[in-house]
Amino acid sequence: MQLDIRLPMGLLFLLLGAVLVAFGFFADPVIYAKHSLGHNVNLIWGAVFAAFGAFMLWLAGRAARRAVTENQPAGADGRHE
Amino acid sequence: MLTPVPPVIAAALSWRMPLALRLNVAPIDYVIVCLYFAFVIGIGWVLRKQLRGSADFFESGRSLPAWICALGFIGANLGAQEVIGIAASSAKYGIATAHFYWIGAIPAMVFIGVFMMPFYYGSKARSVPEYLKLRFDEKTRTLNALSFALMTIFSSGISMHALASLLQVIIGLDYNVCIAISGLIVLVYVYSGGLTAAIYNEVVQFFLIALGLLPLVVLGLQDIGGWSGLVSHLDQYAAARDMPGAWSHAWGPLDSPAHNPLGIEWFGVVAGLGFVLSFGYWCTDFLVVQRAMAAKDMNAARLTPIIATFPKLLIPVLVIVPGLVAVALLQRAHGDFSLPAAADGSPDYNMVVPAMLAKYFPNGLLGIGLTALMASFMSGMAGNVTAFNTVFTYDIYQSHLNPGASDRHLVAVGRAATVGGLILCALAAYTARQFNNIMDMVQLVFGFVNAPLFAIFLLGMFWRRATGHGAFYGLLLGTLAALIFHGNTLPFGEPAGLVKGGWMSVRHQFGSSMAQNFWMAIVAFTACFFGTALISLATKPSRSDSELRGLVYSLTAKPRDDRQAAWYARPVPLGLFVIAITLGLNILFW
Repeated sequence: MQLDIRLPMGLLFLLLGAVLVAFGFFADPVIYAKHSLGHNVNLIWGAVFAAFGAFMLWLAGRAARRAVTENQPAGADGRHE
Repeated sequence: MLTPVPPVIAAALSWRMPLALRLNVAPIDYVIVCLYFAFVIGIGWVLRKQLRGSADFFESGRSLPAWICALGFIGANLGAQEVIGIAASSAKYGIATAHFYWIGAIPAMVFIGVFMMPFYYGSKARSVPEYLKLRFDEKTRTLNALSFALMTIFSSGISMHALASLLQVIIGLDYNVCIAISGLIVLVYVYSGGLTAAIYNEVVQFFLIALGLLPLVVLGLQDIGGWSGLVSHLDQYAAARDMPGAWSHAWGPLDSPAHNPLGIEWFGVVAGLGFVLSFGYWCTDFLVVQRAMAAKDMNAARLTPIIATFPKLLIPVLVIVPGLVAVALLQRAHGDFSLPAAADGSPDYNMVVPAMLAKYFPNGLLGIGLTALMASFMSGMAGNVTAFNTVFTYDIYQSHLNPGASDRHLVAVGRAATVGGLILCALAAYTARQFNNIMDMVQLVFGFVNAPLFAIFLLGMFWRRATGHGAFYGLLLGTLAALIFHGNTLPFGEPAGLVKGGWMSVRHQFGSSMAQNFWMAIVAFTACFFGTALISLATKPSRSDSELRGLVYSLTAKPRDDRQAAWYARPVPLGLFVIAITLGLNILFW
């Protein structure tokens, strides 16, 4: 079976999001006043990245579960004739 | 690619910048960039184990779902020219830059999905030049393959040069190191995973570019007083140039070349950009067509370019709004935003995106923005390299040098072509660095070759009487017409010469290089179309009707949409839906 791109992509965005959120917590707030109109964009956009990554992982997981169900021979789960 | 968005090309080519704009990059930003690099290499490594033969390496085994192919279709095109060049164009020409999407892409993408993919995909051709061989003859294929292979090398080299020049300026990275790193990363993942690795990375790059640049739009708009504040600044700017509304309206100012900064009227935009250049690129360029040909079945192949229109409709928000915001910020009295000066002393609009990153992105998010920029350059490079290795292997090597090559041997040749192609790209990058005018000239020559190309595809697919001789000599005639047109016209304010035109005599002057480009395309297409038609009528058909089955519209069974499927899973209703949205956008920003 070919690699589902949503799996590594979800991991990458989750990881990048986590790095941004962590940096958003610890970085000197002065950088936000200087650059991003006072918004802690690292925290906000890190959360967006992480949420997108989690969504991709959920989609990949759902597709994998469906593939397993479709590949199961009839009756294998005991519910079919 | 060089051909796609001709206007942008000028911007992308003018990377002559010993300019001062240094981003304050911190270790956290480098961590983010390195995470991304590790990821793209990892994708190639994982996919390496799944390659079983040349079909997998060059065509992804024709196994990918439509949504992945669609994002690859857009991602391969979302290169440096688009992100940097369109932002620069929107600052220079205003919201009319959106024409490169609304009229310069969407109709052609729907057209190829509905009408042309059945021939590309159904003919089992492995490349666009191979389709030309099946439809016409070997010489037409070889002409197209050679010009395309050269073009991809130069285009990729320009991307490499642009990335290295940009990073040298904004983060102080050594030019040579940057060429080596970007080349090696693309090499590792294309060499390992072939087309699938390139497409998978294009999908990731698309999301990274979209999510990475979106905060720039949000913060820029908030800073300038929202959309109404932006329009108000743009209208003041346009009024000061005696072109009322020219930066905030897409169609209204096109009533006369004097009323808009493009220096062109609506007919030139519709016929030159909306028809010849747009259809010539989106419907015939193997770089993008290759992504659709990797789809798992005919319906997915037809849906690929149509699904790709949705992200294509959204991209202007990411690349045009920053350019417009930059103009508005330059108008503002605070003086808290500036662009470095170009060689002629005017603001260097190529630096819009880096300057806005410097202004709005703090460390952390800056790493994401930088990564998005690098991703855009690398997706353009990888797209060109995968198209190059396929055309070289199938249409040059297998066709002329070693027709009996085994499948395994072809994969080895494809990998060698990837290495050789990237070395040539690096050489092209250094050439661009040393001799900018030579690269401008190369670009121009490709423009001459490409402008008429769509005519032979149009006639080839929809007129069975078109012959190989007609196509080959029609293409040469169209190229010659473009050359003569260029030699006799010149944009206002430009010196006559080989690069800008007027090198034979100046019989007509255009408001801008872009207007000259659009009209040159119209002339070249017309000459090629009628030349091909007349020569075809005067020569014997090169293929019998049975040989043309599956290659020509009137001799091919029409693919029927699955009536049971939802409307959005069928090419025709989905295409009509996206055309309706595009019309709405044009009216909204009229």
